[in-house]
Amino acid sequence: MFVSIAVLSGLGLVAGLGLAAAARFFAVETDPRQEEIADLLPGANCGGCGFAGCNDFAAAVVKGAAEPGACPVSDEATLRTIAGIMGQALTAKAPMVALVACQGSEDAHLRKKYRYNGVATCASADLLGRGDRLCDYGCLGLGDCQRACGFAAIEITEMGVARVLAERCAGCGLCVEACPKGIVHLVPKAAEIHVLCSNHDKGGAAKKACAVACIGCKKCEKLVDGAGIAVDDFLAVVDYGHAPTDPALVEACPTGAIVRLTFTGADAEPGRPS
Amino acid sequence: MKFKGGVHPAYNKDTGALAVEVLPLSTRFVVPVSQHLGAPGKPLVEKGQAVAKGQPLSEPAGFVSVPVHAPTSGVVKSVKDFPHPMGTAQTAIEIEADGEDRLWEGVAPVGEWRNMGADDLRAAIRAAGVCGMGGATFPTHVKLSPPAEKPIDVFILNGAECEPYLTSDHRVMVERPADVMEGVGLMMSVLGVVKAAVGVESNKPDALEALRKACPPDLDVDFALLETKYPQGSEKHLIYALTGREVPAGGLPMDVGVVVQNVGTAVACLEAVRDGLPMIERVVTVTGPAVKQPRNLLVRVGAPLQDVLDFCGGLTDDVGKVIYGGPMMGVGQHSLDVPVIKGTSGVLCLRERDVALFEGGPCIRCGSCVDVCPMGLVPSALGLHAERERFADLGGLHVADCIECGSCAYVCPAHRPLVQHIRRGKAEWRAVQKKLQEQNAKVA
Repeated sequence: MFVSIAVLSGLGLVAGLGLAAAARFFAVETDPRQEEIADLLPGANCGGCGFAGCNDFAAAVVKGAAEPGACPVSDEATLRTIAGIMGQALTAKAPMVALVACQGSEDAHLRKKYRYNGVATCASADLLGRGDRLCDYGCLGLGDCQRACGFAAIEITEMGVARVLAERCAGCGLCVEACPKGIVHLVPKAAEIHVLCSNHDKGGAAKKACAVACIGCKKCEKLVDGAGIAVDDFLAVVDYGHAPTDPALVEACPTGAIVRLTFTGADAEPGRPS
Repeated sequence: MKFKGGVHPAYNKDTGALAVEVLPLSTRFVVPVSQHLGAPGKPLVEKGQAVAKGQPLSEPAGFVSVPVHAPTSGVVKSVKDFPHPMGTAQTAIEIEADGEDRLWEGVAPVGEWRNMGADDLRAAIRAAGVCGMGGATFPTHVKLSPPAEKPIDVFILNGAECEPYLTSDHRVMVERPADVMEGVGLMMSVLGVVKAAVGVESNKPDALEALRKACPPDLDVDFALLETKYPQGSEKHLIYALTGREVPAGGLPMDVGVVVQNVGTAVACLEAVRDGLPMIERVVTVTGPAVKQPRNLLVRVGAPLQDVLDFCGGLTDDVGKVIYGGPMMGVGQHSLDVPVIKGTSGVLCLRERDVALFEGGPCIRCGSCVDVCPMGLVPSALGLHAERERFADLGGLHVADCIECGSCAYVCPAHRPLVQHIRRGKAEWRAVQKKLQEQNAKVA
């Protein structure tokens, strides 16, 4: 028995010394700040910063390849701490939020082009005559964005369209990529006036497909003289670089495609107004 | 020779004995500028313009593109988006017919094909807007222009018509065998080949017999009655059945020295040269349990589907689905406001109870799809990878070789929507490849 113990202990000692030597001579030098930063990051590995996960981002920050403030998910205090670790000032970046540019209407939800009996993903349904909705541009409601979201910030409403819960949304943009219709956009959290429609059809056709479609009437464009909102190919588009603030835009829209949403402040509404 | 795999769906070729009738002229036509595979043509006419039967309405945009022509004389009512049989609205030319059916002065015989050069023949075929009438509508002049490094030695006439329900090719072979065989001679002369083979499934021996009798003695043609098995009419499987040659993965028939054309296309090519008549009509099988009087009809391209159905006694009250093409590869229609187009080989009308709605389940690894896949692929694996969005892995499983025949989905006991999974996978895999290529180009 003593022999067994001695042999095993001896083997353990040799292996341990070997490991200790390997750890010393083959050690990979890492900046201690990298670990520090990685610990501060959310660890969701969402990829919203453009790097392959939080560790990769931390490494990039340490190397100077990424701005400390580039994580779209962390709050401002965390970002300030990260910038502090790097001895830099935080370059402020406007926080973004995802927005589904489709409200859907009850009528459009109930009337379908055909009965879809296939793979329950938007990308698959879109390949069959652009989906079963009357509107070729709108949300298909099969949840490709919902499955892509790592923050459980997207729900499918009773109307069968996706809706972003702003207080949960980290603005990472994964849903933007997942949507085959390309109707999910990242918009500044501070912007208040939004066009919740993506229909490029002429007025009559758009109206036939959905009651709250943008019909391209240009009333909004005329109201603000094209500053911040303009109709392009029969669809009003907000220029978020110069986001309009005039609440009269909402009333000017005859179909209700333009809405006012507040994502920030004490009275932050989680989604769109009722 | 017999190809591996394939299935035996109920063939239901009840209209095979019904002679082709001519659909009375409609009062309104909608002619989409995109009725072929390739770039849509550019409209040549505008609202209010008078047009005559056979007048070009669009010009081709690029090499893989063909024009469309006025199906009758009348006035252009509008040029805008109309519902298209492929599911989305597309640019079309709406014509209000004047009932005179006046022929355009530009329609005149091009010449005697035996005395014409290959380039002139190809030009005439293209100007007539001829594309493959089996359903895929690939522009015929492109198929007849193989590059010099791919010598062609066999021409194959596809009379298999393996899709259940459809009998339009059958009727063309039985009723116009001399025109079919002359069209074969014409296309052989374009390609410069002296050997041809004709393949017809064994469920229509009368069609093969008619072609054999009509074959001019100076044409060297092998006539073969093939096993009745879906998808016998697939190009690659027809080539294997008739010549024993295998088209390589990712390749085309010309890689093994073969060009395949459909029987309807042969007639269209002949008419294009002999009469100068563009492709403005085709035989359409209107069939299925939900149409009152199934028929084979000669229909002008652009005729509203509703007119076609009305002539066949209309739909029954329990209609559940209307399909352009056959039940295996056809395209379901969500509106009856679509026109008949060049690729409309049939209109299949099914009752509500014929249309099974399945809830697809998980793969049970039975391997049935592997047994029937005529391309020798593993559809179960393709479906699983596509479902899990692992698109980059699909290349190793040869997703690009899938011909989307639907045999796998037809036999799947778990009712998995395999073709839908694979079709999406194919598109996404191509997108991945394209992105990689662009990245490589940037690096290089």
